[in-house]
Amino acid sequence: MRRILVCIKRVVDYNVRIRVKPDASGVVTEGVKMSVNPFDEIALEEALRIKERGAAEEVVVASIGPADCQQQLRTCLAMGADRALHVQADGVVEPLVAARTLLELVKREQPFLVILGKQAIDDDNSQTGQMLAALWERPQATFASKVELDGETSGGQPRLARVTREVDAGLETLEVDLPAVVTTDLRLNEPRYVKLPDIMKAKKKPLETLALASLGVEQKQRLKLTRFEPPPQRQKGIKVKDAAELVAALKSKGLLS
Amino acid sequence: MSHRILIVAEHDGARLNPSTAKCVSCAAAVPDAEITVAVCAADASAVASQTAALKGVARVLAVDNPANAHLLAAVLAPQIAALAGPFSLVLGPSTTFGKDLMPRVAALLDTAQISDIMAIESATRFRRPIYAGNAIVTVEAEPGAKVVGTVRTASFQAAGTGGSAPIEKTPASAQIPSHTRFVSVSAGKTDRPDLQTASRVVSGGRALGSAEAFRQTLYGLADRLGAAVGASRAAVDAGYAPNEMQVGQTGKIIAPELYIAIGISGAIQHLTGIKDARTIVAINKDSEAPIFEVADIGLVGDLFQIVPELEKLL
Ligand SMILES: Cc1cc2nc3c(=O)[nH]c(=O)nc-3n(C[C@H](O)[C@H](O)[C@H](O)COP(=O)(O)OP(=O)(O)OC[C@H]3O[C@@H](n4cnc5c(N)ncnc54)[C@H](O)[C@@H]3O)c2cc1C
Ligand SMILES: Nc1ncnc2c1ncn2[C@@H]1O[C@H](COP(=O)(O)O)[C@@H](O)[C@H]1O
Repeated sequence: MRRILVCIKRVVDYNVRIRVKPDASGVVTEGVKMSVNPFDEIALEEALRIKERGAAEEVVVASIGPADCQQQLRTCLAMGADRALHVQADGVVEPLVAARTLLELVKREQPFLVILGKQAIDDDNSQTGQMLAALWERPQATFASKVELDGETSGGQPRLARVTREVDAGLETLEVDLPAVVTTDLRLNEPRYVKLPDIMKAKKKPLETLALASLGVEQKQRLKLTRFEPPPQRQKGIKVKDAAELVAALKSKGLLS
Repeated sequence: MSHRILIVAEHDGARLNPSTAKCVSCAAAVPDAEITVAVCAADASAVASQTAALKGVARVLAVDNPANAHLLAAVLAPQIAALAGPFSLVLGPSTTFGKDLMPRVAALLDTAQISDIMAIESATRFRRPIYAGNAIVTVEAEPGAKVVGTVRTASFQAAGTGGSAPIEKTPASAQIPSHTRFVSVSAGKTDRPDLQTASRVVSGGRALGSAEAFRQTLYGLADRLGAAVGASRAAVDAGYAPNEMQVGQTGKIIAPELYIAIGISGAIQHLTGIKDARTIVAINKDSEAPIFEVADIGLVGDLFQIVPELEKLL
């Protein structure tokens, strides 16, 4: 089966104002809205579009985390994924552990393409896709803004992907052999909205739960997170009333001569 | 005991990227750091000699290989991993180059990575931003464990020049894959200062309304100020500006002396990119816009009236 695996992380919604706990032990996540990481929604949308074009037959979503992340997997099933895998893990899952776990899922599912977000907006690590590609010894095309597969029209198994990447210099295009890992940037696509009937249908789609240990992965934590602080606040500034006052203010700060 | 640190140089084949000099400053914050920089290129000689001139660098490894004509992560990672043996800390810049490469190196070395290092407190203790910079976390690695990191370039001054480190030609004793091939890069050519290193930046948002208005309104002002031009995500998504101009959590993180935000509301994800700007100026017609909470100088009004006036006064 021509299959795409999409990796989903449950994160604090991007609209939530983040607060650090007074005892510096973490960020407040209790009672806070949780969502699918925005880049992962883009990853799923891309997989669904590839399937709708006929180049893939099945889209499988996977998430590693606590039982609650099944909610986000259900959202993904409602968006159109065919099947979900939940790898149960409480506590910190470092990117290397996530990548090792995803590698085990890759061995089971044999996808020709694995799509991840370019970063999870909670830890902002931007590591998992690259690590998976390294462990899998396959190509990576990170920060993708366009993905084209060869042989799509002939209905055969795609063997190559041409991926445009958002890099500091502009846009870079790579050609990679499949299977490969792609990570998504914001401009790859605009994810679809979930429709109510699809939420009902999603309840009947298969969601399998696996234990991390059953995959032979050890949940090692190599880095200790010892202290969380709010960022330094900027001093409140001044208001000026027109362009002339602005120029005067810049001069007084020594920013204009 | 000295701490041996390896830095992966970023370059375009001819010129060293300024991000490397910032990595050197970051590494120099480790007590007793002994800094080695690896330059992987088709012909590393030019970039290696620029690297050798950076103050604080003890040694430059020049890795020549035709496969390094384009800096592809899948090609570079095994070479860096092969060099990394004697080093306790392996650093690259937190630019798209380093973000792409370093996790691949970390996985090959079976080590953790610390992304976006903004401060080094000891050889094993680091600080980094999370949640789009809304929290700062202190991260501690096990003593003796090898660590890979990317350096948040906006947090460090570039190391100076005047050094003369020895350059050693080093073979790349690694299996190089052929599954990843460079096709092309389209870089927006500009005579303006580089966004990531400019001391002044003029940045525009959705309010500009079109690509023509973006150009006509902002470029003249930028030229008067000798400034680079940036943009919000909304402006880039709408096609007013190319993607390499995006400032923010998922664009560039910059630290200019002066940042002028024009018709930008100041979403958290945008502010992440400008936290280290020395002075922020905001021009916005909505006095309630969040950008005014961080602006040092705020001006409420219509940008299409204010910007031309401003340009005339300069
Ligand atoms: C995962 C994720 C990552 C993101 N990453 C980034 C990022 O890296 N960078 C980024 O910028 N955004 C990013 N965003 C998007 C961000 O949330 C905002 O949507 C975006 O920054 C808004 O851009 P804007 O300020 O130009 O537009 P708007 O929010 O629409 O603001 C336009 C502003 O212009 C003002 N205005 C309108 N007309 C005039 C006029 N004539 N004169 C003066 N002022 C006027 C309005 O009052 C308003 O404040 C990200 C979002 C997500 C979910
Ligand atoms: N726990 C997880 N479960 C599934 N996918 C994950 C997990 N953590 C990270 N990912 C994927 O890896 C991407 C990058 O995450 P990160 O490396 O943490 O920034 C995310 O956008 C997801 O696609």
